Amino acid sequence: MNPVLTELWPYLVLILAGYLPNEVWRLFGLMMARGLNEDSEIVVWSRAVATALLAGVVAKLILFSSGELAGVALQVRVGAAACALAVFFMARRSVFAGVLTGEVALLAGAYFFPV
Amino acid sequence: MPDPQSTFEIEPSTAANFLAGLRSALTSVFFLVLAGTYVGMGALAHDFGFAPWWLAISSILVWAAPAQVILISALGTGASLFEAALAVTLSAIRLFPMVVALMPLLRGPKTRTRDLLLPAHFTAVSMWVESLRLLPGMPHQRRIPFCNGLSVGYMGTAVVFGFVGYYLAAGLPVLLAATLLFLTPMSFLISTANNARMMVDRLAFVLGLVLGPAFAYFAIGLDLMWTGLVGGTLAYLVHRFREAMQ
Repeated sequence: MNPVLTELWPYLVLILAGYLPNEVWRLFGLMMARGLNEDSEIVVWSRAVATALLAGVVAKLILFSSGELAGVALQVRVGAAACALAVFFMARRSVFAGVLTGEVALLAGAYFFPV
Repeated sequence: MPDPQSTFEIEPSTAANFLAGLRSALTSVFFLVLAGTYVGMGALAHDFGFAPWWLAISSILVWAAPAQVILISALGTGASLFEAALAVTLSAIRLFPMVVALMPLLRGPKTRTRDLLLPAHFTAVSMWVESLRLLPGMPHQRRIPFCNGLSVGYMGTAVVFGFVGYYLAAGLPVLLAATLLFLTPMSFLISTANNARMMVDRLAFVLGLVLGPAFAYFAIGLDLMWTGLVGGTLAYLVHRFREAMQ
């Protein structure tokens, strides 16, 4: 390969394998949303689909972790997430308290119960 | 034809709304979440041998943490371009219903589709959750500039802390790296729970938590897409049924 192409190749890969396959869903969404108003039933349904999908992403990230997180025991990951939700509801729906609890619980759990 | 007086008045208020969005981004819990997540992302990019500017550009163009993690680890472990693109696009399906639910909130009577191009690109969990929470209480003409300010604040945070993580990478202990990776599921979990105030959203949330791992466990293809479609549609049908009963 010529030197310019070698230099630019990672950026071309970024566009082809990262930007385009990701962005296409945003553009589909934009096309689909034309003419819908905020009270329409499709919008309520889309929000429900998005919420279920996000919850699915969360559950998969916790149960089937990758990278350094995979080195933390499954029970610790699930326990930390449960603690986070419990504290979030007890602390009058404080997102900050919930996320912080999850992080501290994971750290403590991973320290005391190493794999 | 708009009178010159009113156009004159709209200009400063657009900037003011943009700044209000920016301020809202930098004072929200997502500022900390994104800072931590992208410190982790910077370390990941460093470990797999990507350039710091490559990461910064990927944060601006891709702008979705799970997709970026997939892209970096797939390319870094020698996956083909096609395999990486496929994995990224499967992870990005969620953006479709998110954009469909958000755009009608942003569109006012005078909004052109090109005004929505930038907010559509900016759509990511952090911005989506905060927009759905804050925009309904706001007059329509304020919403797009506010949303753009919010998104620029979040994206700027991601880019800056990506660099921080990249240069800290060598000194990042394993346990801390795991904790930073845990920020994405934790913030998605808690903020989605926080926004699920209506019965239909709460039900969709619970169904998604159960169906996501179930579909993945039984190795059903496109598991996340089915999680969204089945969980969301079931929740919606229950909601319609309850409305019809009342």
